[in-house]
Formats: sequence, structure tokens, C-alpha cells
Amino acid sequence: MRNLNPMRGALCGLALALSSGGAVAGDIDKQDFMQIERGRYLTIVGDCAACHTLPGSGHAYAGGRAIETPFGDILAPNITPDQQTGIGAWTDDEFVNAMQNGTGRNGKLLFPAMPYTYYTRVTRQDVLAIRAYLNTVPAVQNAVKADQLPFPLNIRQSMIIWKRLFFRPGEFRPNAGKSEEWNRGAYLAEGLGHCGLCHTPKNFLGGDETSRMLRGYALQGWFAADITDYARRGLGAWSNDDIATYLKTGHTPTSIATGLMAETISQSTSHMSDADLKAIATYLKDQPGQSADDNPAPVPSDQPVMKIGAKIYADECSGCHAANGKGIPSLFPALHGSAVVQQTDPTSLMHVVLRGSRGIATDAAPTGAAMPEFGWLLKDDEVAAVLSYIRNSWGNAAPAVSAGEVAKARRAFVERND
Amino acid sequence: MARRLPGKDAVIIGLGWTGSILAHELTQAGLDVVALERGPWRDTATDFPISYAQDELRYRLQHQLFLQPAQMCVTFRNNASQTALPVRNWGAFMLGNGVGGGGLHWNAETFRFLPTDFTARSHLTQRYGEKFLPEDMTIQDWGVTHDDLEPHYDDFEYLCGTSGTAGNLQGKIQDGGNPFEGARSRPYPTPAQKQGYGHTLFAEAAKQLGYKPYPQPSGNLSQSYTNPLGVTLGQCTFCGFCEWFGCANYSKATPQTTILPVLLRNPNFEARTECEVTRINLDNTGKRATGVTYVDPSGEEFEQPADLVLLCAFQLFNVQLLLLSGIGTPYDPRTGKGQIGRNFTHQTMSTAVGFFDKDKYNFNPFIASGAIGMCIDEFNGDNFDHGSAGFVGGGYIGQVRTNGRPLESMAVPPGTPAWGAKWKQALRDNYLSSVICGGACHASFYSYRDVYLDLDPTYKDRFARPLVRLTIDFHDNELKMSAFLTDKYAEILQQMGAKEVVKQPRKGPYDVTDYQTSHLCGGAIMGDNPDNSALNRYLQSWDVPNLFVQGAAAFPQNAGYNPTGTVGALAFWSAKAIRSQYLKNPGPLVHA
Repeated sequence: MRNLNPMRGALCGLALALSSGGAVAGDIDKQDFMQIERGRYLTIVGDCAACHTLPGSGHAYAGGRAIETPFGDILAPNITPDQQTGIGAWTDDEFVNAMQNGTGRNGKLLFPAMPYTYYTRVTRQDVLAIRAYLNTVPAVQNAVKADQLPFPLNIRQSMIIWKRLFFRPGEFRPNAGKSEEWNRGAYLAEGLGHCGLCHTPKNFLGGDETSRMLRGYALQGWFAADITDYARRGLGAWSNDDIATYLKTGHTPTSIATGLMAETISQSTSHMSDADLKAIATYLKDQPGQSADDNPAPVPSDQPVMKIGAKIYADECSGCHAANGKGIPSLFPALHGSAVVQQTDPTSLMHVVLRGSRGIATDAAPTGAAMPEFGWLLKDDEVAAVLSYIRNSWGNAAPAVSAGEVAKARRAFVERND
Repeated sequence: MARRLPGKDAVIIGLGWTGSILAHELTQAGLDVVALERGPWRDTATDFPISYAQDELRYRLQHQLFLQPAQMCVTFRNNASQTALPVRNWGAFMLGNGVGGGGLHWNAETFRFLPTDFTARSHLTQRYGEKFLPEDMTIQDWGVTHDDLEPHYDDFEYLCGTSGTAGNLQGKIQDGGNPFEGARSRPYPTPAQKQGYGHTLFAEAAKQLGYKPYPQPSGNLSQSYTNPLGVTLGQCTFCGFCEWFGCANYSKATPQTTILPVLLRNPNFEARTECEVTRINLDNTGKRATGVTYVDPSGEEFEQPADLVLLCAFQLFNVQLLLLSGIGTPYDPRTGKGQIGRNFTHQTMSTAVGFFDKDKYNFNPFIASGAIGMCIDEFNGDNFDHGSAGFVGGGYIGQVRTNGRPLESMAVPPGTPAWGAKWKQALRDNYLSSVICGGACHASFYSYRDVYLDLDPTYKDRFARPLVRLTIDFHDNELKMSAFLTDKYAEILQQMGAKEVVKQPRKGPYDVTDYQTSHLCGGAIMGDNPDNSALNRYLQSWDVPNLFVQGAAAFPQNAGYNPTGTVGALAFWSAKAIRSQYLKNPGPLVHA
């Protein structure tokens, strides 16, 4: 249709030449409604706002939010179409290069806090759709000084080596042996969804441990859980529908999202199509994770730590999570059989017990009940005891938590300003 | 000079039960709504978490969830010959404060009034003759009927998830429920709560005496429940910390646990807390509200214009704001003219303490909820022939013991020393084996010409506004009724096997330091014409048609039940009228 009016086509072409130029033959009309609409959806899938919108600023995608990394904070840049401070002056190729290769304008190397290591799997068509959408958001003048890392980490040239070690560029290639749905799920999870950014363990240089994909990783005061199909700690006990429902509503009959995942669900996955969520579920359920024979033995219930934990649990926890640990659907998460409770790393548990947390509220499940903080009430050894108890009761099994771990977490939480 | 803010479609004064219900209904109708709440924001996990929610000293004795008299107070006297003095420590009733209001600290007894309660005067005069009522009793019909409100009782119960056993389902009397209740369209949303040992024994004794005991309808839920708005409540754990307290595990129906999570998601709703409305503003005709003036915590004064004003504060403060804003005519007890402040009522509470053999009875009184208990309705309303009784009115009687909290569960038999080792021993001997039940006889308080509210001539608040003055005393009718009901209750305790029963009927004069209930009613009552009421049957002000006044201030007199079910039903009833009639054609919904 768009070629029917040669004049309009010419004007469009002129506009493109002025704004970004360099369109490759076959690239789409970036003012096309369907393109922008698809780009809007993909921008949500990629959860670009999570980093590029400063909460409460009222300026979508204008940057400025501090992205926490183990190496220091990096401020997310302005990706509105502002010519000076945003990406308005970038060519499409520059945008694609940033997304797919981690190389910004004028060859500036991006830190992998920008998950180009995942976005490299996204097709050029989809990247351009995102660009088309970002061109429509209000241009905001907001100069962000992204580099906040201390010397020598702030030397961007170091990224040349890092990329050589850890970056495997290339668009997603479908696995012919898998279903179309699986491949769609893989494309989303490995690409725009960048699940592994939080859920895959990192090596000391911040690169993904590719042998342990999606088996969980501690970041920003939480532990992003194992999301492989491993029964005890992963999604093995969840049905595909459970996963899709969780991503849509933040809830399953036994689990309620909180923390960083609640933010991701609110801003991103709850707005995704049911088909895409099912596709992601199909893909995740096919990630084998830990071998099935890795079945830790529970701490015996006659251990003193378990006895103390049981008493604290009865006093402080059972009123909501119930004596049998089964909680109440849509209100209080079950601890019995919970994968989150049995993660090897108890950071998330220490987080909710010491600081409290609010369960996600979505239109489908608006209650949003909150866990109160117990940091003021329970001493380190008491937190350790009650966590050891819930991690090793009702058939659960996970390493006991030590008072030292709790003390360390408590100190770390004091530093946090979130 | 107040800073004038951009206008809203509706402003709500007070964000408790009625404010939340109206805010939800009006935002659903597409209105841009702001609620102004005098007290703080209150949320379960931060304000009454399970780690200290059950702190009797903090909440029961130090009143941490309640309005502080330094912020707003009232004055009290028994009769017009006395000089009223400020109430410096709440006693006879508790005044909620903050988001959730009284709905946060209630016990959650969720009753419906009897059909004849709504037609009290016409019913009683028809049955007993005009002269049967005391000459100065000013009870009247409500202008709405039980049938009008039934769908809205249902709305409120299904919002709350109320646990109970139906007694009258579409006209068919049901076993185990209250056979005297009006016909309900469907059962309670959740089954009745389980009952404790003492409550069960009471029900057995009541049955032996020929009564039909029923479980008290409870907003402390017997099982988890997801209401029609999608909000989920938990299951009550019988911790026995309900009234005076916030519920720590989301199992008591409150605005927080039923409606606010959805309301707050509405982009067309905004709540401003710690903002005290100082007056409702009128235009120069005096017939139209233009909005409200309020003061924020920094002391800055704002004018919030709005097309519709919903007065949703506590009963006393609804009446006070009407008086301070010059809306309607203040009641004059000498002439009986004027409507604002008229027919102020409370409740007539009494009890008896039963002491049982400690070797045979262990009631474990701490296993309780705010609305646990077994009741009988044989002596409520006009369920029995008052012809020879010498009074009108009545109440439910029940073993509705709500707690075994240590500081207030210290009944000892007569003759025990007031302190020392013997007192301690008596306390130990009787804690588990006594029935102490403050709300055992929960009876009506009918309205009288000399019981009313007005503005105090002397005492002022921090904005130099006059305090509201309570002039209230018990009349013989209520005291006779209380003695009668207390005797009936004591008989059942005897039948249960008490070795000693100490009756505590309500005695005059009305004592503002002695807790009864927080069920203050009247003062801006509803009715069928402006000569007998402040509000029409839709709770719309006769004088200022874009003002609706919610809550128990509209009750022409108080019945023998806890009022919140009726307050909730009236809120839904009024909201429906606003949505289906007023918004289409703003103006009086009833033409005088």
C-alpha cells in the first residue's frame, strides 16, 4: 500500500535520509503502523524500560537508572530520539550494531550490562522494529554520563578481550529438531527476553557460565532462581501452564513473584501474548539443568537448628504460610516443595526475612500481600535456624543456612538503597 | 489563603469502609476521584505485622491505631444541665484513624438488621399502640426497607467473604442459622467459623432452654476467599487479636484486604493521607457544595473543588463537618426542630461473668476471633412480645468471647482481694475456666429527644473549630431492656454449668470512660422527608444535593446488632443510586 503514493514515499525517503540514513535495501518502512506496534511489543519483551527508564521520572527511556553490576554501577543511557543526548542521530546500522554486537556509535564498546550478548540473537528485522517504536517516544533531553565504573574497569577497550572470551555473536538459528513453539520460546528466552542475564551463573569476569545455563545467580540482593526443568530447584514441578500463568500474573497456585522478578513481570512478561509465554514455558521445560541424581539429603529434623527453627516458624511464620508450609494460593506462597526455598544460595530467603518484600499485584491477581520484615526481631542465628528449617521440612532439602551468611547478608542489605 | 487545586469529579472525606466502597464504585463509573484521609496510610506488613500485631499494650491500652485526642477530640455530658468536658482518653467508644478507619480495628461481626428494625416506629405503634412508646422516644422509620437493602447486604458480604450460616434462604428457614433474619437471596460466601469449646457449650445450653443458637456472622474468615474484585483473604488463625488491632495475616475483612488493592490500581483514583478536611465549601446559594478545604501535614491549606462530595468520615465527624460547614439546620432539643445532631444513639451493652469448676472446664479462651461465638436472636428487635416487658428494643445474646488477652481477661470471683498473692491465685484458677464476654448482650439504643450532638461552645480544635459535643444518657427503656437481657444470658450460663454467675447489666448514667462498642449512630439521619431527616433514602443531603453522607450517622436509631453490615449495605445502596440515577441527572433523587 505504501508505494501507491509516490510523493509520500519520496517524503519518507527524505525524512529517513535526514534522520538516520543508511537504510539497507529490504528494510521496512519505519513509520508503518504495524512495524511500530510490533516494535512496541518487542520493546516490552526486551524490557528495555527496566534499565532505560528511571522509575518515577515520568520520562520513558530517557535513561539515568543505575544498573548494578558486580563491578560497580553503570547508568543506563538515554534511548529516546533526542538528537544530542538520545539516539535520534544514530543510523539504523549503528542501532543494529549496538544491539547485536555491543558496539555503540563511533565504535564505542558497550559494557555487557547492556545484554547485547543476548540481543545478538534477535533478527535485524526485529531490532529495526524496536528502533521504529523508539523513534515514536517523546524525545527527552537528558545527558547521562554512563561511565561510573572505577579505573581500570572503566577502560572500554578492555571489552575487546572480554568479548573475545565470552561473546558469541549471531542471530538465532532455529533448531530443526524442535517444534516451532520451542524455537519461538528459545528465540525469546535466549534473545530479547535475556533470561540468562539474571538466571545464568557468571564467572569472575561476569561472563555466562555456559555449562550451567539458567541454574540461578545472585544479583542485586536477590537470587535469580534456577529455571531449568530440575525438579527440586528448578521448574520441574511446574507445568507449562504454571510457567505461562506465572509470567502473565506473577502467580501460580503455590508461588508469588517478588523482588526483581515481580518488576520484570509487571513491566514485561505480563504484557506478552499467551502464545509467546507458552513458547517460553516449552523452551524452559526442555532445559535439563542439574542431573536428577543430585538429590541433597535434608538436614535431619532432630538437629538443634531444626528444632529451634521449628519453634520460630510456629511463632512467626505459620500464621500465613500455615503449619504445613502450604500457604494460601494467590496470597501466601507455599514453602512446602518450593523451588525458591531450596535454591543452593539462600540470598532471596534472607532478603525477604530480613527486609520483607511485597508480592506482585497484577490485574489478574491484585491482592499484592506483603511479607513483613523480621530483621529487627530475629538475630542472625535465629534467621539461619528458621531458614534451615523451611529448607529441610516437608520433603524440602537444601543446605542449612549459617548465622555467618545471615550476618553477611544483613550487612549487605544495610548498604542497599532500594 | 487556601491554594486552589484543579477540580475533581468527586472528593471523598475519609477512607474507611464507606469511603473505599464509594471510591471504588465511582472510579468504576469513570469518575476522577480523590480521597482525603485525616490519618496515616496503613498497611498490613508495615503497620501491624505478625511480628508485633498481637501487642495488647501497644494497641489495646495505648491506642496506637486510633485517633489521638490531641489531633481531634470531643466533649461529653449526660444532659443539658451539665457543662461538657473534653474526652482526653477514649473510653466508651474507639475512634479509628487512618486508611481503613474503623474497618481496620473492628471485630468484624457482620450482621444484617431485622426487617422490622427499618420500620421501627410504624411497626411498634401498629403492634402495641401509639402510647406504648415513651413520650420522648424519637425513633422513626428509615425510609428504606430490608428488601431494598438485601442485594447490598449481599454486595458487602461477598466483598468481605463473610463466614456464616444462613437462617432464612429465600424465605425458607434453615437449620443452624438465625431463623429470625430477613430472607437472604443466597448463602454466606464462606461457611461459619469453627467454634471454641465455651461457644459450643453455650449453644448446647441455649438449645436445652428452647432457643435456636446460630454462629455469629464473621468477617474473620473460616477459609481463604477470593472476592468478586479478585482480592484474596486468608484463613483466620484464631489468634484473638481483632478488635483494637489490625489483622496481621489478611484474614479479617477490612478495606485493606478487600478493596484497596484494586482501588489503588485505578489511575482515576488518588488518596491523600494526613490531610484533614476543615470544611465543606458551598456556593453563594448554600444549596451546592463546591468542594472542600483541607490542611496537609505542613500546615498548608488547600481548596479541592469537586462536583460531588462524599462525606465518609466517622459518624461523629460527619455530623461535626455538617455543623461546621453550615449545611442543614442544627438540631434544637428544646423545640425538636432542626436535623443536624438529632437522634444520636449508641449501644446498650451488658454481660455476666460465669465462673466454672476449673477441674471440669478448660475453655482455652485465647483460641478466638473477633466474631466467633454462638448467639440467639429470640430477644432481639421485636422478635418477642414486648407487651408485658415494659420496654421496646432488644439485642442478640451470645457467648461471643473474642479473646483471652491477658491484660483484659482478669475476671476473678466476688470476694477475691484486688491484689496480692490471693488475687494472683484466683486469676490462675479462673483464667481457663471462666466465661468473660464483654459483648454478651448486644442491645439496641433507641433515640430520644434529649440525646443529641451539637458544637461545643467552649472547646476548640487546633484550627479553632468547635469540638462536637455529645449529650447522652441512658433512658429507663434501655436499662430495663439491659436487665432483662442480662438475666436471660445468665440463665444460659447457669444451664452451661457455671458454679457462679455475676450479672453486669448496664446501669446509668452513661459512662464515657467505660467501653461499650464503637457503634455511635445518628445525628444526620435518613428518612422520607426533610422535616424528619437530614438525608433522603439514598443518603443524599436534602439541603445540598451534591453531598452524600455515608455511615451510621444516617441510622435513625440503633438496632440490637453490630452496625457495619448495614453501613456497608447502605454504602452500596447509595453508590448504586449515584451511579444509576444521580450521575445521569445530577440533582435531588427524592423530591420533597
